Amino acid sequence: MPPRMPIESGVPDPFQYMHPTLARNYGAWKYHERPRPGVLCHTADSGEKVWTIRAGTQRQMDVYTIRKLCTIADDFADGYVRFTIRSNIEFMITDESRVQPLVDKLVSEGFPVGGTGPSVTMISHTQGWLHCDIPGTDASGVVKSLMDELHEEFINENMPNRVHMTTSCCQINCGGQGDIAINIQHTKPPKINHNLVANVCERPTVVARCPVAAIRPAVVNGKPSLEVDEKKCVCCGACFPPCPPMQINDPEHSKIAIWVGGNQSNARSKPTFHKLVAAGLPNNPPRWPEVAAVVKNILRVYKEDAKDWERIGDWVERIGWPRFFELTELPFTKYHVDNWRGARNSLNASAHIHF
Amino acid sequence: MGKPMHNTPMLDELESGPWPSFITGIKRLAKDEGKPYQNMMVDLLGQLEHSYNTRKGYWKGGTVGVIGYGGGVIPRFSEVAKNYPESKEFHTLRIMPPPGMHYNTKLLRDFCDVWEKYGSGLIALHGQSGDIMLQGTTTDNIQPCFDELNEMGFDMGGAGPAVRTGMSCVGAARCEQSCANEQKVLRMLVNTYIDDMHRPALPYKFKFKVSGCPNDCMQSITRADMAVIGTWRDDMKVNQAEVKTFIADKGRKYVVDNVVSRCPTNALSLNDDDTLDVDNRSCVRCMHCINVMTKALATGDDKGVTVLIGGKRTLKIGDLMGTVIVPFMKLDTEEDYEQLNEIAGNTIDFFAENALEHERTGEMIERIGLVNFIEGIGLEVDPNMISQPRQSSYIRMDDWDEEAKKWQDRKAA
Repeated sequence: MPPRMPIESGVPDPFQYMHPTLARNYGAWKYHERPRPGVLCHTADSGEKVWTIRAGTQRQMDVYTIRKLCTIADDFADGYVRFTIRSNIEFMITDESRVQPLVDKLVSEGFPVGGTGPSVTMISHTQGWLHCDIPGTDASGVVKSLMDELHEEFINENMPNRVHMTTSCCQINCGGQGDIAINIQHTKPPKINHNLVANVCERPTVVARCPVAAIRPAVVNGKPSLEVDEKKCVCCGACFPPCPPMQINDPEHSKIAIWVGGNQSNARSKPTFHKLVAAGLPNNPPRWPEVAAVVKNILRVYKEDAKDWERIGDWVERIGWPRFFELTELPFTKYHVDNWRGARNSLNASAHIHF
Repeated sequence: MGKPMHNTPMLDELESGPWPSFITGIKRLAKDEGKPYQNMMVDLLGQLEHSYNTRKGYWKGGTVGVIGYGGGVIPRFSEVAKNYPESKEFHTLRIMPPPGMHYNTKLLRDFCDVWEKYGSGLIALHGQSGDIMLQGTTTDNIQPCFDELNEMGFDMGGAGPAVRTGMSCVGAARCEQSCANEQKVLRMLVNTYIDDMHRPALPYKFKFKVSGCPNDCMQSITRADMAVIGTWRDDMKVNQAEVKTFIADKGRKYVVDNVVSRCPTNALSLNDDDTLDVDNRSCVRCMHCINVMTKALATGDDKGVTVLIGGKRTLKIGDLMGTVIVPFMKLDTEEDYEQLNEIAGNTIDFFAENALEHERTGEMIERIGLVNFIEGIGLEVDPNMISQPRQSSYIRMDDWDEEAKKWQDRKAA
């Protein structure tokens, strides 16, 4: 019997799974309001209203958690849900009197309701030690630890503007840009297992992958291998995915760095990339307290000092970087001065000085 | 009886606190007597605790797939299988969700049932590329599991040097700011180039993301090779009665400080009678004022999309934003959509032919220059593609007159 060939159906039609009120008013919404943290209310041109209740999840969910959320959706929200890209779940209902019972039910089942408007919403999330082949840390653990600490900021709307945080378990930064990004930063060149390189790695590919041309073919102990010019090496880890014997992760020297001011939106200013503010923090499972302390401090200063609607990047743009480092009491070092391609654009070519 | 649990004092600490715990969920699966995944999850927790203790990961890749496709399964083999044999294979299936990530509970329960039968019982909703991540199954179970999901109407997502799973925002389904039919754009683009997803043969990954407005909730400018963003070209809509209501509620100072003075092009002016003037020729459609005054201000009616190419993160030449290649195009008729589809196809073809191995579109454009790229895919230059004209005089301009005439001819047309 010939094997079953896949049906290349691609991206499915969403309308078959969409809440009927959303489907019925597709493309015909008029405005929205936020009646309370965690709840949105959208009004359609037709006059129909839909309340959305947003709750945090652990992202990697066991089937029992998903079924529990399904039961809540069946009992309270017409049997439909959707997810945000930050792994929040949303329930849509058309009867305002059902909002509070649903909120109560979610909270009683351990799902925090929030993440709307000027709050700290769920941290976007990578795989980490649970599943990635090149992770420097465990995103799930970092996120769980931080969201425990930031729970009050998730369920309230007390920030100047929304705060989108991200985590990434290596410098590839799968978590993406963030108002605050928590990323692994390697500080030592890879340790090479020369016995394995010839069998495991396509050596020219690895040489080509290095951004600073620090890798060259070499014969070590009579075997074809690769060597790294450790003075040139920027410890980016780009050689590790194509060549696992070039181990970049190190229990001691893979540190955590904090970046701020990334913003995807075009609102007010053009989108921005996040910038380095703190580094050298220990990769300290299971709760990463040093990371939480830095992040919470930045959030505290931002909350106290920023104006309404300023994202972290907007705020620093206004007050200037000297004041940012002063207020957060984070050290400013020579490593904050960029030297990569295009770096001169990040230098101050003016007499504009903050005092 | 299942395998006894490993001692996991580090992971146990992640069970306390107000946020939902993934460890509690995995433990539930590991204690699920009689389920095929029980022992796998016991050893998974053992390996994860080992990672927490040693601060290192212990998964390696490999080659696992389904018949007919060259990608979409993320193979994971344990490097410490000797100690944790039941989770020695822990592969992920990437499945493309409905655009906007809409589900009814029957569908979610069906996913759970299939994954309980063939996999670990652990599902990530969703991965950073937008996939449903069915995390953890054996090599033998990949094919029958995929077959059932495929019969349910779901298809494998992208991995490797291929068109990747795309994303689009909730958009027109529940957002008044939507200026596009996001799900239609996404389905057209990904499904047209599905062959380049399932049979990876591009220089590197290629991502589509679709946002309904310039708030760009899908992060398309920083994260997508091809970003399609809804916008409008006529005047934004102002409901002056609602403006007055807003001012009555929030105060004039609030509107001056948070709306008028935050406009990046100084296109707003508050009148003495508490109405708002908009200089629509200066407005760049940033969305800020509309975000603040959701009832009073709205996008215009003459909607379309802006297309940008080349967003990506650091590796290897540094972070790159996508840049504009189509300032505005209408998406009303099927011909309009077909034109967008052609731009995508021409871009992928040009990328396949001209990018170096492991080079993203943004890096390719950085290397060859934007003009070579847009001429290569058959588009004309436009001042909306730049922040400012060239500063360097080091350029040959042999056919300046011809190029100037092209511009005049296009203007006259």
